[in-house]
Amino acid sequence: MTVVDEKGSGEYRSRVREWLGAHVPPPTAGLPPAEVLRIAKEYQAALFEAGFAGITWPKEVGGQGLGPAEQQVFSEEAADYDLPTYPLTIGMGMCGPTLVDLGTPEQKQRYLPKLLRGDEVWCQLFSEPGAGSDVASLQSRAERTDDGWVLNGQKVWTTNAQWADFGAVLARTDPDQVKHAGITMFIVDMHAPGVTVRPLRDMSGKSPFNEVYFDDVHLPADGAISPVIGEVGRGWQAAVTMLGHERVSIGASRPSRSNSLGFDAVLALARREGATADPANRERLAELYAHERALQLLNARMRQETQAGRPPGARGSVAKLAGALQLRRAIAVVGELAGADVVAWDPDDALSADVAQGINSAPASSIAGGTNEVQHNIIGERILGLPKEPQVDRDIPFRQLKVGTQGGAR
Amino acid sequence: MKLVLDAEQEDLRSAVRRLLADRSSPATVREVMASERGDDPGLWKSLADLGLLGLVVPEDFGGAGAGHVERAVVLEELGRAVTPTPFFASAVLATDALLALDDDAARAELLPALAGGEKVATVAVAEGGGPWDRTGGATTATERDGGWRLDGTKTPVLAGMVADVVLVLAGTPDGPGWFAVDAAADGLTRTALTGLDPTRRFARLAFAATPARRLVSADPGAALDLVADLAAVALAAEQVGVMQRALELTVDYAKVRVQFGRPIGSYQAVKHGLADVYSAWEHSLSVLRHAAWTADHDRAGLPLAAALARTYIGPACFEAGNAMVQYHGGIGYTWEHDAHLYYKRAKSAQLLFGPPSAHRARLADRLGI
Ligand SMILES: Cc1cc2nc3c(=O)[nH]c(=O)nc-3n(C[C@H](O)[C@H](O)[C@H](O)COP(=O)(O)OP(=O)(O)OC[C@H]3O[C@@H](n4cnc5c(N)ncnc54)[C@H](O)[C@@H]3O)c2cc1C
Repeated sequence: MTVVDEKGSGEYRSRVREWLGAHVPPPTAGLPPAEVLRIAKEYQAALFEAGFAGITWPKEVGGQGLGPAEQQVFSEEAADYDLPTYPLTIGMGMCGPTLVDLGTPEQKQRYLPKLLRGDEVWCQLFSEPGAGSDVASLQSRAERTDDGWVLNGQKVWTTNAQWADFGAVLARTDPDQVKHAGITMFIVDMHAPGVTVRPLRDMSGKSPFNEVYFDDVHLPADGAISPVIGEVGRGWQAAVTMLGHERVSIGASRPSRSNSLGFDAVLALARREGATADPANRERLAELYAHERALQLLNARMRQETQAGRPPGARGSVAKLAGALQLRRAIAVVGELAGADVVAWDPDDALSADVAQGINSAPASSIAGGTNEVQHNIIGERILGLPKEPQVDRDIPFRQLKVGTQGGAR
Repeated sequence: MKLVLDAEQEDLRSAVRRLLADRSSPATVREVMASERGDDPGLWKSLADLGLLGLVVPEDFGGAGAGHVERAVVLEELGRAVTPTPFFASAVLATDALLALDDDAARAELLPALAGGEKVATVAVAEGGGPWDRTGGATTATERDGGWRLDGTKTPVLAGMVADVVLVLAGTPDGPGWFAVDAAADGLTRTALTGLDPTRRFARLAFAATPARRLVSADPGAALDLVADLAAVALAAEQVGVMQRALELTVDYAKVRVQFGRPIGSYQAVKHGLADVYSAWEHSLSVLRHAAWTADHDRAGLPLAAALARTYIGPACFEAGNAMVQYHGGIGYTWEHDAHLYYKRAKSAQLLFGPPSAHRARLADRLGI
């Protein structure tokens, strides 16, 4: 049942609809990783050729130079599909837009068209064992050499590093500065000598993230293309730019047909369980719908405001947080509807399997891209202007702090 | 679908905000809510002079010929200021009912007077605390001596004591019908009710062979549904204004109130609670804009959008009122502080058209569940 219908007609929409109908391959979940990657790249290349890749990106880097309206049309139409682009999402949603904002003309020319065509896969290397919510306490370091920089350190939870050709990495370039000041963002070639990627298995049983080690990895700065994104020592500002894109890309992703905790799927489960006659369940479903729909309308409103010249800024955190909380709400509802049917099921019961997978992967949304607690802080401080908590480490040179494996002088 | 206001609509907001800053300040609200009448005839006249009472009324009937999006802007501001006013009864319920019915004569006679502020009208449908009854409930209308007579009791009736005209839904031998009753009619007894929310007045109306004029309506039940949906949109606007002001005042306080050597807003328990209120307000505003847009441009989409507004915004608004009291501590629990006005307005708005479970059930109906 389509309960959410914002879809009008229009020439652009019919072109998108027709193209998607003809080109989206069957779902790739469950295929061997190499196949998943191959199909993703093939699809993206076709998308690029058809003129639907990078809809809002500037034309000179291979984008379409269109507005959020066209992007919205595409997202609405795409919500009917399970797109195979999962391996490319970090590049498309975060690294790419950050390069659009901060890259030099040479960097844009070198990296963006290939990123947009799906030729090259990107990952985001921020988190470390000792630096998560507090990314600015990171210890990976890059030191200058005659012909560039040499990178050492360890990153963790790096989504898609197993496929990545390049990464946007944060490293400390001046430990004598306070912790936010001495950081620089670099582009690292993931195939360079000294880069080691080890898969980590997540709680849903899959291996979509990794730990990454850098041992004397050379970042060449000899040619015309600098490895630095933004400026040396201004990596924190670059990181904030990227995290902003991350929240928007997470918050604005519409629950697709295949999202087993989306309203449509939960209603289908309710019907199968014969649970829709019970007034309490009807109310639960209505409430679930209400929160999902309210979030869609908020995203739509923020897109319209962007179009009118008022981008959401930190308000992306509202959508990001709401999306994570909605999954928890849905988990509560499916439990009421299905009870033990999502605890144990027949091997051929795909619906129960999908719902269980949804339950077991939901926590990722409350952690990745900044935890719910951190999003609350962002809303409270950056939007409402409430005072920060006292920060004990803000004015002290990084070298003297106790972070990660560093003992600290105090 | 348009979810952002244009420049003209923003100008309207500024004008109403200025008017209310002047005529409905917190001190004035206190005075008016303590008065016998419970509203301010001077403000009513100003609202009329600015054309705000007839925003959804076509120009032919003395209105502004604007729309529900514009009316929602005005209601947001009235909610922000917790203004005691019969606006909701007269410029929303009664006006919408006259427009939803098919009685040209009644429209021509009443709408210009309502839009011009010369008369106040209200709608009497409820018979107790539950959702509106499409049949007219236990109130009956019978034809006697060449005219219609009403018998029964309607309660709670918004602005029932100050209304000059009451539009009543009653059962007739051939199904529900709409009737207009003059407030001065024989056999109408009006009793002021005591209320949870001092900024909103209600009455019980008892009809005993009260003469009434039957209003032409092709489908009285459908007209009621439309009135209820438009009321849900209008109420949502009021609630969004209530939330916004409650949040602003509480955030301001959390920045300056110091305990344990720090502003209380720096504590996460307070900061995160306010972030949740902010988030709920952002969502509510989006739901409202969409609902108001459907009222103007997509009547087929209105029933679902209106049911969504009720389900989502009712509890969200009360959370904002509750947070306002809570994060002000003891001062927030005093009669002198305004926090309780927001708390009470939020609760009365949430329950005005029946219990929250009924709103959710209605949404489920409209989703085809
Ligand atoms: C599925 C997944 C994919 C990821 N992909 C990537 C990736 O591609 N690249 C990358 O760089 N990182 C990635 N991450 C890492 C992610 O950004 C971090 O896990 C996250 O920021 C939290 O950091 P942490 O794990 O160190 O937890 P911690 O920061 O140690 O947090 C532990 C708990 O403490 C709370 N907490 C911490 N600080 C505060 C505070 N100031 N106030 C209140 N509570 C606080 C947190 O909310 C949390 O509940 C991914 C994570 C997941 C789960």
